[in-house]
Parts: sequence; structure tokens; C-alpha cells
Amino acid sequence: MSSPSEVPVTVIGGYLGSGKTTLVNQLLRHANGLRLAVLVNEFGALPIDADLIESSDENVINIAGGCVCCSYGSDLIAALLDLQQVQPQPDHVLIEASGVALPDAIAQSVTLIIRYTIDGIIVVADSETIRNQGQDRYLADTIKHQLDAADIILLNKVDLPEPASLNETRQWLASEDADGHVIETENAAVPLPMVLGGHLNRIPKEIAYQTKHEIPHTEHNAMVIFIDQPVDPETVAQQLSDPKLDLIRTKGFVCGLDGQIYAVQTVGRRRTISVAPHTPTDTGKIVCIRYRYPIDQQAISEVIANCKKIALP
Amino acid sequence: MTVIYAARRILTMNPANPEATHVAVRGDRILGAGSLEELAGWGEYQLDTRFADKMLMPGLVEGHSHASEGAFWRYVYCGNSDRIDPDGKTWPGLKSLEDVIERLKVEDRVLTDDASPIGGWSLDPIYYGNVRFSRADFDRVSTTRPVGVRHASGHIMNVNTRALKLGGLLRPGINHPGVPLGEDGLPTGELKGPDAMEMVALHVGLDRKGIAADEPGLRQFSRLCVRQGVTTAADLANPLPPEAVEMMLRLTGETDFPVRIVSLRRFQGVTPRELIERSLELREMSTDRLRLGHVKIHADGSIQGFTARLRWPGYYNGAPNGLWYATPEQLQEIFELALEHDLLVHTHTNGDEATELTLDMLQRALFKFPRADHRFTLQHCQLADAAQFRRMKKLGVCVNLFSNHAYYWGDQHYEETVGPERAQGMNACATALREGVPLAIHSDAPVTPLGPFFTAWCAVNRLTPSGRVLGNAERISVEDALRTITLGAAYTLKLDDEIGSIETGKRADFTILEDDPTEIGGVNLKDVRIWGVVQGGRIFSAKAI
Repeated sequence: MSSPSEVPVTVIGGYLGSGKTTLVNQLLRHANGLRLAVLVNEFGALPIDADLIESSDENVINIAGGCVCCSYGSDLIAALLDLQQVQPQPDHVLIEASGVALPDAIAQSVTLIIRYTIDGIIVVADSETIRNQGQDRYLADTIKHQLDAADIILLNKVDLPEPASLNETRQWLASEDADGHVIETENAAVPLPMVLGGHLNRIPKEIAYQTKHEIPHTEHNAMVIFIDQPVDPETVAQQLSDPKLDLIRTKGFVCGLDGQIYAVQTVGRRRTISVAPHTPTDTGKIVCIRYRYPIDQQAISEVIANCKKIALP
Repeated sequence: MTVIYAARRILTMNPANPEATHVAVRGDRILGAGSLEELAGWGEYQLDTRFADKMLMPGLVEGHSHASEGAFWRYVYCGNSDRIDPDGKTWPGLKSLEDVIERLKVEDRVLTDDASPIGGWSLDPIYYGNVRFSRADFDRVSTTRPVGVRHASGHIMNVNTRALKLGGLLRPGINHPGVPLGEDGLPTGELKGPDAMEMVALHVGLDRKGIAADEPGLRQFSRLCVRQGVTTAADLANPLPPEAVEMMLRLTGETDFPVRIVSLRRFQGVTPRELIERSLELREMSTDRLRLGHVKIHADGSIQGFTARLRWPGYYNGAPNGLWYATPEQLQEIFELALEHDLLVHTHTNGDEATELTLDMLQRALFKFPRADHRFTLQHCQLADAAQFRRMKKLGVCVNLFSNHAYYWGDQHYEETVGPERAQGMNACATALREGVPLAIHSDAPVTPLGPFFTAWCAVNRLTPSGRVLGNAERISVEDALRTITLGAAYTLKLDDEIGSIETGKRADFTILEDDPTEIGGVNLKDVRIWGVVQGGRIFSAKAI
């Protein structure tokens, strides 16, 4: 259980050239009022698109909309501790891992700092090169570890490979048995709620649920479910992260059996339950997102029923 | 003005003139070595007999250390072996946890307030039955001030309860491989890995800033060099921000700064292209006593930390393979750019898979940018086998092996990390020499103590803490070891035309000894008594430094 004032952190992993920086810029571009803090391993060549930059010095880039980007070099913990001194605090932290870093290890280290909580691990894979990297004599275990660690895998640049080759890559990815949900993207263009779902309630609907007309290959379906009685939040999270539902993200508030209001959130299999920071107006409402396919209404109804059943004394 | 120094015996490392009784110095350079009669031919001279009963050798070259060794002496030394501090005081090795606690308690009594931190370093539980220490052990030092002690390996730190509390780790529910929990669900006080350590390090003063080679740290380091007979020391991985370079230029430019520092720019926080651009700028800033412009890259982690990259079949205890610290593409790009611009690159490769990758990438880079005599050097390279040494030879690669490892972690390597067979072939000095790979050996101070004679002793004897000879076949002779800690290391730094031997035209860098290292015998090589050094013609005695 986490405390109310925690700042959610998304770790973005993936090999060199997979599109991590492009993803970061996409998120900054569509932040829409969310204050994002981006930690990058290095200020390489253009970590942030020039038109987004307001000012910069050796270690900090200030970005339009109150966002910042800092480089952490070899010392992520120190950078995160420094970030706690920044006022106002960011709404969300993105950590862009280096190409050979293990994102789950980074996520575990983030949890050492009490005011941060892991929102999810996103691993970006270049659909043209990931198969070769995954079979490289030096890199195979590192690449597989990265994919295994992902809550969401962005299979990026799907516009580039030949269809047959892309299909083979899809099959390879499936055979690797990584547990992360795979989302196919071009230019790492992914709707905000997929990766920053913790703020669903703050993202205006038209942006949160924009369809494939704006961002190709990333169509998704959202629905809101209602649980109108006290339930066990653990059970709710467990039920919603059941693979058969194939939901990428869910987020909402439920009334616990103890009368306390809880925020419940899932990213793939990752479940986070915390005491709600304030009394939300929409208790019992949970937003669910599924990639590409319509949400299975019947399965969802069963889930709601299950949650209610377990709540009964 | 010419000064001729008389000596009991001079070992020159110049094969055409291997021994002498006198050496003539003009300014900061050597006119020649020979007999007084031979040298008198250079003209008017002043005879200096202060070293008449001493041995002279070329100034020793430490090819892989970190100037931060000087900064560590701000903290309490908690090692198992005797170690000499910059003031020349020998801190006796601590033989039990009780000894460690007692020494830390002394510091507690010295401090006047109740809250100041106590930091210690070089703890090694291997010597104390390999027990795991807990915060309760260090609470005996103090419950009001944070106490933290780094292990010798640098990968673990033990702290007390107060330090855990200040670091925000005294709470239930922590789930991190670097933070073991006790039966009470709270951290035991052992912190493993940089992330877990960094949470608390700041509160005990042992954070990165506290142990960086700042101005006082570099001064202390230079004094240690004089005591150990070192006249040139590589500072092997420095981020070298402008303000540090400014400080280092000022300090090394002082007329009585006693050692030449070769500081390599570490690949960190920049792109390969920026690294090369910065190194080219740094190269232009070099002075005699501060050599800049070389590059350091880390390919993998450490063997005892299980973060080194090993080839099949991996770690003896079944631990998963280690971590890459750079991508193959980054290595290749840095090698190509460095070859193009004639910059020297030293690459940290502990495991043999890291060595293999580095050689692969260099081979590709050399195909695009052929360059003779590049002298790219593999640092540590502890697990290289004969085939890899043969490849190094063909590719023009030098090696700087971590000979001190056997004495500190040899038993651990034998029993746990790589197993008996590979442990006996670790740091294969004899194979390197046989295959013709230019060889240096190093301390990696502060990981192990600065002291080329000790390092040479390790390469000659290969003894582990338990007294095992770790690979008799890889022991080298005293003569080879002495050449390796002078000319050998100089070669890897592209300085063999200036230093490393006592001969006409070279820098007047000498190590002055009370004992003859060729007579004292390999078993006693580490006990050679050092009077001090002559560096660039300037005399520095260990006593007065």
C-alpha cells in the first residue's frame, strides 16, 4: 500500500535506437497540463525536441508546460533525491533507461525512495531489429530480460519492415513469452492513457481516447465500469488484471470493505492499490482500456459480479 | 646545471646499459647513467652522494589507480591488512569485527557532538568467517550518529540504525535485492549495490562527492605516491568536469607537486561523439604533470559483484550473467572516433565475454580506421584466456591485469565466482608475456592499496588470503615484475618514450630504495623499503612529504 503523496514513476527501457527518446517527446508533446519530469541517462544528441525546450543548462532542460528533463549519468538515486527538492513536484516521472540497463532493476531501486511509486515499465522494441538483437550472442539475454520486465511492450516502427517480416517478429515476440502487453506503434506514437494511466481522471476525454485518426496503429477501446458497493480492492485489481480480459490499463476508485476509499490501478499484470488521497467524487467508477479489440462486455460483467460476491460476508 | 647522483646500484631497465652506479641529471631530464668517469664527460657537474647507500630504479608507474584513494583517508580505515596513510602512519589490519568496532569507537570519542557521521572503508567480512554484519553491530559504535562502513570491494556498505533511519530505509515493506531484511521485517543494515548504498551514503559522508578526488584528496594521493615510490600515476576514470580540470592543472602545476597524473576521461553522461570532442580539448590542455586526452570506457561490472560478463558456462555458483555497461555500438563508435583522431582508449573488461566483445568491436573499428601503435588497453581483463591474449597481440592491444585480486579475493574466486580452473588462470601475467602482449599490473587503488611493489609481489607469488598459490603457472619472475611496474605501465599510457627506464633523454624520475628488490627475493618483494622519489629532477623523501 502506498501513501497519498507519492509520485508515479514510469520506467522506459529498450535497446539503443528503439525509440525511447521519441516516446518521451511524444509524451511531453501530449502532456496537456501534466507536469512531467524526465530523467535521462545522458543528454545525448537532442534528448528533447528543440521546439519544446524553454531553457537549458548543463544538467536540466526546462520544457514548455512546467516539465523538466535531467540527466542522471551513473547515479539515478541521487537524481531522484534531487528531484524531490523541485517545487512544485512533478505529477509523473519518466525514467529513460540506457540501452543495456535492466528496467526492472531500475524500478526496484525507485521503490527505495518513499515518495515514488512505480506506475509501470514500458519497453520499446524496434520492429526491424529486435529479433536480431534478441538472438545476438552478446545481447540476447539482456534483450530478453528487458522484454520480460515490461508491463507494456511498444513494438515500434511497424511501418518500416515488410509485412512478412513484421509477422515473424510478432510471432517471435509471442514465442518469447514476455508477459507485457504488446502495442504496435509508428514513431512511438501512443495515446497518453496507455503509459500515463495514473492520471486518467486528469486527461480530457478527447485526448485520452483519441482514436486511430490521430495516432495510427494504436487504436484502443475504453469503457467505464461501476462497482456500487464496498468490495475488496485486492480482488478488484486481481480480477481486472486477469489475462482473459486483456486490459492494458485500469484505474479508478472503490470503497473498501473497511469503508475506506481506495485507488485501484493495473498496468498489464502490475497492480497498485493505495488509499485515495482525497474523497473522490466518482467512487466505484473504474476506467478500463483495451488495445485494438473491443472490451468483452460479458467477461467484464462476470468480473464485477465476482468482486461483489467476494465482498459478501 | 648537471647533478650526478651516486648510488649503491642503479637498475635502469635499459637493456643496453642495465646497471649503473651513477646517474647524471640536467634540469628535469636524464643526461645518462653509467660510472662517474663515463658521466664526467658531460662537463662540469655537482656530485650528490645522498643516495650513495641506496638503490635507484626508474620511477614506478601505477597504470590503474584512482586519485580518490587520497579522499578515502578522511574516513576510518577498517581493512584487514596493514595500510599506510598519506602521513606515513601504518594503520594495523583489523583482525575481528570487535577490532573494527573499537576503531570506530575511537572516532566516536574524538567527535565532540552527538550527531556527526562516522564513515569507514575497506571492511572485508571474508576475513571474519564471512559472517553478515547487522546494524546492531554498528549501533555499538553509536546510536545517535549515523555510522556507515564501505566494504573493500566497494559494492557493499554496512550501516547502523541511525543511518538507515536518516536514509529513509528504516521501514517495513522494502522489496529490493540490495536491501536484505531481518526477522523483524526491517533492513539488516547491509546495503548492496550502488543504488541501495547511495540512499544512505550521503548521511555518513561516503557519497560520491565525499569520496571524489577533490583538492585535498589529490594532495593526499600525491603524498601516498611518494611513499610508494610512484612518480607517475594513472587516475583511470574521472568525469573531468571543467572545474576539476582547473583544480588539477593548478595543483599539479605547483612547484612541489610530486607526481605526474594521467587522468582518463570516463565515458559517462555524454554521447560517444561528445566524449571524443571533449577528449580532444583536454589533450590540448595537457602539461608535463597532468596528462589529459585519453578515454576510459566500462564494458561490464565486477566479478566478485557478479556483474562481470562471463562467457559460457558463466559463474561457478550459478549466478546469472552480469551486466553490460555500454552497448556494442557505443564501444565501436568510440573506438572508431578515437582511432580516427589518434586518441588512446582504455576499456574496463572484467569478464571474458566483455573482453571478447571489446576485441570484436575493436577489430571492426580497425578495419575502418587502421592505425598502427594505437595501444588500446584492456583494464582488469581478469579472465582472458590464451586465445584472447593471442588476439590482443594481433590487434595491437595492451593489457593491464589486476594482480592484486588474488591476494584479496582469490579464495572467493576459487570457491564461488569462477571456480578452481579459471581462478588459477585469472590475471594471466605469464601467458600475456609469453604471447607478447604488452603488460602492466595494477592496484585499482582505493579498491586495493596503492603500491607497485606489493602488486609486483602479488604477480610473482599469486598467494590468496588462505595461503593458496592461485595458479603456479601464471607466476612471473621478479625481473619481469619490475619491468612491468615501470616500463610496462608506461607503455600502456604511451609514455615509454619519456619514462619507465633510466636512460639518456628521459625524465629524471627515480624511485629511491633502501633494499635491492633483486636481492630481497620474490617472497619479500612487498617489503622493499622506499626512501622516496626523484620526480622531474626534484627530490621528495617519504619522511618529509
